[in-house]
Amino acid sequence: MSFVRALTCKECGTAYPVVPRMICDECFGPVEVSYDYAAMRGVVTRERIESGPRSLWRYRDLLPIEGEPRAGLRSGFTPLVRAERLGRELGVRELYLKDDSANYPTFSYKDRVVAVALTRAMEFGFDTVGCASTGNLAHAVAAHAAAAGLKAVVFIPHDLEAGKVVATLVFGPRLVKIRGNYDDVNRLCTEVADEYGWAIVNVNLRPYYTEGAKTHGFEIAEQLGWRLPKHTVVPVAGGTILPKVWKAYRELVELGLVADDSAHIHAAQAKGCNPVARAIESGADQFQPQKPNTIAKSIAIGNPADGPYAIRVVRDSGGFAASATDAEILDAIERLARTEGIFTEPAGGTTLACAIKLIESGRIPRDETICVSITGNGLKTIEVQEGRLPEVPVIEARLEAFAAIVGPPEAAAPPQEAEAR
Amino acid sequence: MVSIRIPTPLRGHVGGASSVELAGGTVGEVLRELAQRHEKLRGRLFNEQGELNRFVNVFLNDEDIRFLQGLDTKLKDGDGVKLVPAIAGGSAGKVYDQGAGR
Repeated sequence: MSFVRALTCKECGTAYPVVPRMICDECFGPVEVSYDYAAMRGVVTRERIESGPRSLWRYRDLLPIEGEPRAGLRSGFTPLVRAERLGRELGVRELYLKDDSANYPTFSYKDRVVAVALTRAMEFGFDTVGCASTGNLAHAVAAHAAAAGLKAVVFIPHDLEAGKVVATLVFGPRLVKIRGNYDDVNRLCTEVADEYGWAIVNVNLRPYYTEGAKTHGFEIAEQLGWRLPKHTVVPVAGGTILPKVWKAYRELVELGLVADDSAHIHAAQAKGCNPVARAIESGADQFQPQKPNTIAKSIAIGNPADGPYAIRVVRDSGGFAASATDAEILDAIERLARTEGIFTEPAGGTTLACAIKLIESGRIPRDETICVSITGNGLKTIEVQEGRLPEVPVIEARLEAFAAIVGPPEAAAPPQEAEAR
Repeated sequence: MVSIRIPTPLRGHVGGASSVELAGGTVGEVLRELAQRHEKLRGRLFNEQGELNRFVNVFLNDEDIRFLQGLDTKLKDGDGVKLVPAIAGGSAGKVYDQGAGR
């Protein structure tokens, strides 16, 4: 059974039946899935969720599908890591990392949204799915479509990292590179969705797709022992995940599954593409679109579809925003790797770098619970580390050759600690 | 003359046409002319202050007019104007308006 009630316009409140639709006919505002929370109360309990599968589908009562899950059956339920070493370095008491770099099967938070969108696409009877993507979504749509036996049409900017292109192509989708940035890709996809009868997951299935992002927030709360972190730092690209983490927290409060401990949501962006952070910092309701210029390509969206909602959620929750330069992003990637053994992509580096800035500026007090969303995996973007990591020596397989590099056993320094940054 | 591409959700308001040919010196002029001719379209393109609906993005030859001179952007013969739904772009939602101000 499903608790889905309708699609409702976020602007004017007009209700629509549950069909592929992204905008309101009356005001052109976005539509969102609404649920019957009254019917859920007392039925959707901690016990019911805990007895579900170890995947994002343990929250299926709060997701917009009608029947059984049909995609991403093992996606989600990624580790929530207590970051002791990094936390000590930063002088904070309780630091957690929600690590979607370990998501299955495509190592980013996009496995969540695609699992929900493709299940819905199949329920609607689509045989072809697609997306406009900065890489991670391309990878996820191609993989999940292959596993579900669907055809995939994937649109990306022409200059994505090689790892993301290969990791997408291997699944056999129709992949198209667009001369332009993500915003050009997105505009074309909006037109494609208009003209072709395909399920473009982040366009005409957007209301269903975005709901999948809530599971990132549900898991943080459940894995913290059914409580909300006081501060959650979330990256903003299209502005999907940040408002949905907030919606997840609000739903858990609404259902009485967590206490309302007034969680603050903070936005992280790259300095080379920070329309949302700028609006938040300057107190504006609307962002000014930008032409992105950052190594954090997966979050280089200058005209974020859900940007206005990201701005509003940050403000309503009492959060703030920060922006990180490319150098700060790369430093944060390496710092995370060296303290916690997690290799994230520039989006994750951005989020951590911004979290550090918010801690250092006092926006996030050091004695409160902090959760940083790590949304992608560094193995897909190895180019960005080029020239930053040490040259690797090549030696003969002889002990003397090794001793010539590190010195004799009694004098050899441990390899890593010495250069901790 | 310039051609204005109409997205599916708005075609019902212009007699089903997928594009409309109009003359005008700026993007604002042709859009206001379009709204003039199709009464039902007016409220969807412009708000009461005569500003562009924040959920409609306008492109001139595939460039967002917010990177040009907005509605004052000059047109030349043969230009292509596109109306594209912002999907979820624009301003903040009323859902959260009720909780604002804390």
